[in-house]
Parts: sequence; structure tokens; C-alpha cells
Amino acid sequence: MRDSGTVSGRLALRSFTAMAPSRRGFLGGAALAAGAFFMPASLAAQEGPKQGGTLRYGMNDGSQQDTLEPGSWSTVMCGAAFNGALCNNLVELLPDGSLAGDLAESWEGAEGATRWTFILRKGVKFHDGRPFTAEDARQSLLHHMGEESTSGALAIVGQIADIAVEGEDRLVVTLSQGNADFPYLLSDYHLSIFPAKDGGGIDWESGIGTGAFRLESFEPGIAVRLVRNPDYHKPGLPHFDAVEFINIPDSTARLNALLTGEVDVIEDVDIRNVALIEGNQGFKVHRTPSLRHLTFDMNCSVAPFDNPAVRKALKLAIDREDIIAKVFLGEGEAGNDNPVAPIMPLWAETPPPHRYDPEAARALLAEAGIEGLTVDLSTAESAFPGAIEAAVLFREHAAKAGITVNVVQEADDGYWDNVWLKKPFNASDWYGRVTLDWLFATSYTSDSPWNNTGFHNARFDELHGLAQAESDEAVRRAQYAEMQQILHDEGGVITVAFVSWRLAMTENIGHAETGGILPADNHRCAERWWRSDV
Amino acid sequence: MRMTSHPILSMVIGRIGLGLLSLLIVSLVIFFSVELLPGSYASAILGQTATPEAVAAMEEKLGLNQPAVLRYLAWLGGAATGDLGMSFAGRPVMTVLGPRLMNTVSLAAITALIAVPLAIMLGILCARFRGRFIDRFLSTSTLASISVPEFFVAYVVMMVLAVKLQWFPSMAGIRNSMDFGEQLYRMVLPILTLLLVILAHMVRNTRAAILSVMASPYVEMARLKGEPEGRVVMRQALPNAIGPIASVVALNLAYLISGVVVIEVVFVYPGVGQAMIDAVRNRDVPVIQACALIFATAYIGFNLIADIISIVSNPRLLHPR
Repeated sequence: MRDSGTVSGRLALRSFTAMAPSRRGFLGGAALAAGAFFMPASLAAQEGPKQGGTLRYGMNDGSQQDTLEPGSWSTVMCGAAFNGALCNNLVELLPDGSLAGDLAESWEGAEGATRWTFILRKGVKFHDGRPFTAEDARQSLLHHMGEESTSGALAIVGQIADIAVEGEDRLVVTLSQGNADFPYLLSDYHLSIFPAKDGGGIDWESGIGTGAFRLESFEPGIAVRLVRNPDYHKPGLPHFDAVEFINIPDSTARLNALLTGEVDVIEDVDIRNVALIEGNQGFKVHRTPSLRHLTFDMNCSVAPFDNPAVRKALKLAIDREDIIAKVFLGEGEAGNDNPVAPIMPLWAETPPPHRYDPEAARALLAEAGIEGLTVDLSTAESAFPGAIEAAVLFREHAAKAGITVNVVQEADDGYWDNVWLKKPFNASDWYGRVTLDWLFATSYTSDSPWNNTGFHNARFDELHGLAQAESDEAVRRAQYAEMQQILHDEGGVITVAFVSWRLAMTENIGHAETGGILPADNHRCAERWWRSDV
Repeated sequence: MRMTSHPILSMVIGRIGLGLLSLLIVSLVIFFSVELLPGSYASAILGQTATPEAVAAMEEKLGLNQPAVLRYLAWLGGAATGDLGMSFAGRPVMTVLGPRLMNTVSLAAITALIAVPLAIMLGILCARFRGRFIDRFLSTSTLASISVPEFFVAYVVMMVLAVKLQWFPSMAGIRNSMDFGEQLYRMVLPILTLLLVILAHMVRNTRAAILSVMASPYVEMARLKGEPEGRVVMRQALPNAIGPIASVVALNLAYLISGVVVIEVVFVYPGVGQAMIDAVRNRDVPVIQACALIFATAYIGFNLIADIISIVSNPRLLHPR
């Protein structure tokens, strides 16, 4: 299967160029690729990027288990250092959430989005001088496939039926089922491109990539240091001479490291320290809206949540702004019971906004003939930070609508095994998915593995199937909008808040608009940021 | 104890045997309590990509579907021959822990080299000048430093020397790429903190041990003979107080290997303690077990040595009534 080098002579019946889900005015592959090198306008207004200096980034989740093997990457430290600085993917997520070419210049989907042809960039070199070829790209994908694979990208590459190299610079990927989002999925950080070995496989052990930085030293769980790649294929990048990712798991120690000048940036700032940092001269807190959302999930197949009036009433009986102000100290954006993050290109407005309205909730229940509604909300601090406090506030809000919410405090340990997916009304922490198709397929379609809301909606499932291989962008957008509206109106998810990636940094670090689909500017902080004090 | 021509040798062998037995029991406790940890490595690592199939595939790959007893025996057999197995991340446990252990041992060694002689000297001084200013001063200050938690000491040290005076870096994150001088410079604050923590304990115990011997009749005798007080302390009291002093020193050395987790976290020092926290977070069982075993070995080993020293220094203990 893997070695089929044959090239199908069949012409694409329908071809849709550059199915970049953003579709923000990009007309073709070439324009898309070029997008990677444009700086957003906001940047030009500031003083431009400067060359030189070192970026020292304090991470919170590095682990001694980190390796260079791309299938095993699970930490932000690996993501930012290896995926973002050492390597490139075929495609790149831009800060605005749209997709651009990286090692692939352009791509084309055909045959109902089952056959994807990627035209690869020419003249790209690995750090040891080897030229980047289509075989490198092919082996880098094959690495994650196969029966034995434990790769984090298994769900993505599992859709691939065949990968073939066509000529020098074409990679043809055949899917077992049409997927209009496939190029988007190739931005997954595990799918970094490494050099192919003779006889198959990739050489990840040597730490050689095509990225903006070369690996200088890697001590798992301690630090990664990389130095500038002078032959990088993106003109003018990177700005830093070197970058260091330093693991500081303890949040107080991380803050100390920033304030005493040991590092320039720290991630995952404790909300209680935000005021301290903002009041300190020379430091700033930087927030990037992310896909992550904190929710209370109702199981739509279990009484009383099987009654749409109950779900609707509970959605109106929660004062999200109050919870955000008191529990998250303002660090979050109220959700509107749509699990799709507003930063996603296919996000749709889902009217009417669900605002706290105890009277409307009470009226809804009265209309449905329900009196004295009582529900148990299972929660734990490990569900999401502040989940218990949020649930207690919800209890007070709901009481005004005549609803009794019993806050059940579950054990922290084992919450995700014993409560989540099991109790009919539970708190959940979702990290989101890069595409709507994937998000819905994992959590909202009838047969999804993590259907925490027990959602079974025939129309939703039908739309999911239709949108998957839909080539007409407008139609597809309309399909996804309808799905989001269904979730908003009838779904079981109460989105309490969408949260941001919260970094603290010295004033000397410059950056343009930052991407929030992945942490650390979509992992690419190393090549996108610069120092203003060099 | 059996009487042989080499009572000390047979005693040492007996003690080592007992030590090994303790270690075996500890290994049982370690293995089966780690089994009790909720959650699995596969779901910890796969995170939000942990579909049931992916978890099953990973558990089979790691051999976690085998019965616990078989896994224990295999692990024990490996550990006995110095092979601590493979980390779940696919690297030998010794490769993962080796550099961390080196860091911990070097921090402990440097601290001990300063702390042990200093503590014994100060303890002797206190005993010699009992009730005088130096004794009162050291007793009060050591009591104070014992009474506050170690992370507090660490933050005070950091605030004064790193934040206010800026003499030393707040982060002791040493790396292989640094030369020894820079590593040492970065280690100053953790060493200082550890010194403050363990010095107090050792000084107080040394003083108490010597003073209790000073109450003995033979010390009285030496005094009556007209020996100067300093000589009485050094020649009569100290040799007989070696046993208790060795015990407290052993306890503190074991602490330096296995108890410095908090200090490591505060100063971001890449030692074994941080490695163990990391492993617990990821449910990397072989690494957790290896860390626990290393800590247990350190405790048992140091106490064994202290035992032997106190018995050798006091032959009466060879013939317990």
C-alpha cells in the first residue's frame, strides 16, 4: 500500500484549489504560500523587527520524557522548540487562523476531496545541507502510520490510504474518505518534516529539520537551545540569533525567573499574578484567544436533560459574566453555547446570545409544565481551574430562576475516568480542534468517542457527513453555520467561558499579531518574534 | 550475635543482610503502591487524543497488560542487576535519571562537604562553651532555622541575594553545556539554603551528644586529673559521642539525596526530585519506581554506615545484653 508509486492518470473531476478553510480572499495556492511571508499591517506601525539577540522562554510542561521523535510529542515545550523552531510542516497556521503553505507551496484537492496533490517548495535545505525532497515528506507522514503506531497524529494519518511521490516535487495523498479540511490537518504539530532515511523511515534522532533554528543542545525536561539557521527558506526570518526553551514547572519559580531576568517570556501565568506583573515596569501580560473552553455539559439522552426546555432554561440560568469576573478574575470571554471558538475561520454567529435571564428560564420551564427542577452538577477542581467556584455561583444564579443545582464535588483524581462522560451533568475542559469537522467528529456527532453531551441529532449528523467533502466553500460555510446553530439551540453544552493563552514577557520582546490555535503563537514564536533591545 | 574470630566482620555482614532485606520489603511497597496510582501512562501521554483504541495499543506496547506479579519479578530481577528497565518514553531509565542523579549527588556532596565539618565544629564549640554567648547565639539561631519550612528559607535567601542584592541568579537551572564554574555559581543559593536547613539539626544533635557524654563519671575523672576543658571535650567526650553524631549526619545526608524536592522546585534545579514529580505527573511508572528505589537505597545505605560506625566506635554495642 505504502509503496505504490503509480500516479493516477485520471483527471480530477472536480478540483478545488487550496481548500484553506480560512478562504480569506486567497485565490490560489501561490497566493496562499506567499501569505506566509507577509507581515500583518499592525506590525508595520510599530518599529520594525530587529535582528539578533536571544529569546529565553520559560515553559511549564517540559518533561524528561520529551524526545525528538515527532509521534511522541505531547508538550508545548516540544511543540514550540521542535515543531515551531527546528522543523516545518507542509502547511502553516497563520496568526489569523488561516492556512498558508510552508514546505508545500500549494495544493489541490480532487475527486471529492479524496485525492490531494501537494506541490512542494524548491530549494529548501535541511540543516545538514541535504535538499528537501518529496520522499522526505512522504516518509514523515508514513512515520505516524501503521498498525503499531502510537503517534499522537494517528487520528489524522488514519484517513490516509496511500501516499505517492509524483515527479520531483509532488506529493499525492489519497484518503479513504473525502475530507475538504485535509491540508488543515497537516498543520498538526506531530507532522513535522524530517529527512528520510535510505530504506524507509525518517531520521529524527539527529535533530535535523528545515526550520528557522538548528538544534544546539537538548536536555529533556531541562532546556532546549537552538541557534539561527542562516539558510532558512523564509526571507528575513528568523530574527533571533538563538532561542532557549527552559522548563520551569512551578508557577512561582517561573514568575521569579521572569522578574529576575533569567527568562524573557513565561507561559501560563497564574491569574492571581497578573496584576503584579502588569504593575511592574518593564513587563507586560500578553493574551491570545484560544480554542480552549470551559463548559458544563448536560447529557441530552438522560432525564431531565432530554427535555429541550430544561437545557434551554439552564443555559439562560447561568450568569457567565459574573463567573468570569469572580472566578477567572476577568480572564476569559463568555461563551454562547457554541463549542466553536470565535477565532476559528468557520465560526458562525449563533443568535440569540444566551445571556443571564432567570425570568425567561422560569417562563420556559413553566411553559413546559416543569416545577421545581433539581439537577446534580458533578464537578472537581481538576475539571478546570475554578470549576467548583463556578458551579457554586451557577447554583446561586439558577436559584433565582427557581432551579435547584446541587453541586456535587467529585474526587480530583480519576475525574476524567469516572465522572466525565459518565455523570449526566459535569464540568469539562475542552482544548478544541483545529477544524470543525474534527471537533464535531470527536465530541458532537452521534458516534463520536467523547460525546459528553450524549448528543444525537439526525440533521447534525447528516450535515457533518455532507460538509466533510463539500467543495463549494459557501455551501460548506452554511452547513457548518447550521450545525453551530443546532448546538446552540438544542445541544447540551453550556460554554461558561473561552480562555486565552496568557503569557508574561519583558517589554523587550516584540511580536506581531499572535496565533492562538496552538500555544506560543501557533508554536512559531521562535521565528516570528524579535527583541527590540538589540 | 554469633561469636566468631571476627566479631566486627560478622556484624557488618549481618547488618548488610538486614539492609538488603529492608530494601526488598521497600521494593514490594514501592511497586504495589505505584500500581495503585489512578490513571494510566497511556491516557496521560495521549491526553485529548486518547481514544480507547490508542490507549489499548500503547498499553500493549508497554507490556502493561501482563499480571502485576510477573512485572514485579521482572522489575526486581532487573533492578538487582543494575538494570532499571526502560522508561515508558522509550529511553533506558538510567539514561533519563543518570544526569539528574549526578546533579543531585553533586549538590548533596558540596553541601555535605561544607555542612558536616562545620556542624560538628560548631556543635563542639557549643558544648565546650555551654551557656556562654556563642552557645546561646547558635542555639537560638539554629532553633529558628529549624522552625521555618525549607521553602520559606529558600524564598528569603532568594529575595535577599538574588532579587535585592542581585549577587546570584534566582534560577539554579544548571545544564551540561555550562562549565563547572558557572554551574557552581548557579548552585550557590540552593547550597546556602540546604546548609541553613541541615546545619541546625546537626549542630544541635552534636552538642546534645557531647553534653550527655560530659555528664559521665570518666569525664569527671579526667577533669579531676586536671585536664584542660578543651582537651576533655576532644579526647574524652568526642570519641564517645561519635555514634549519635554519625546517626544524625547519616540522616541529613539521606535527606540531601531524597528530601530536597522542594528546594529543587523553588530553584528549578534539575535533580532527581524534580524527575520524580515529572514521572508521577506522566505516570511513567519505571521512572517513579527507580526514583523511589534510589531514595530508599540512600536512606538504608547511610543508616547502615552510621550503624556500623557507631558499633565500631563503641565495641560494647557488639555484645548486647
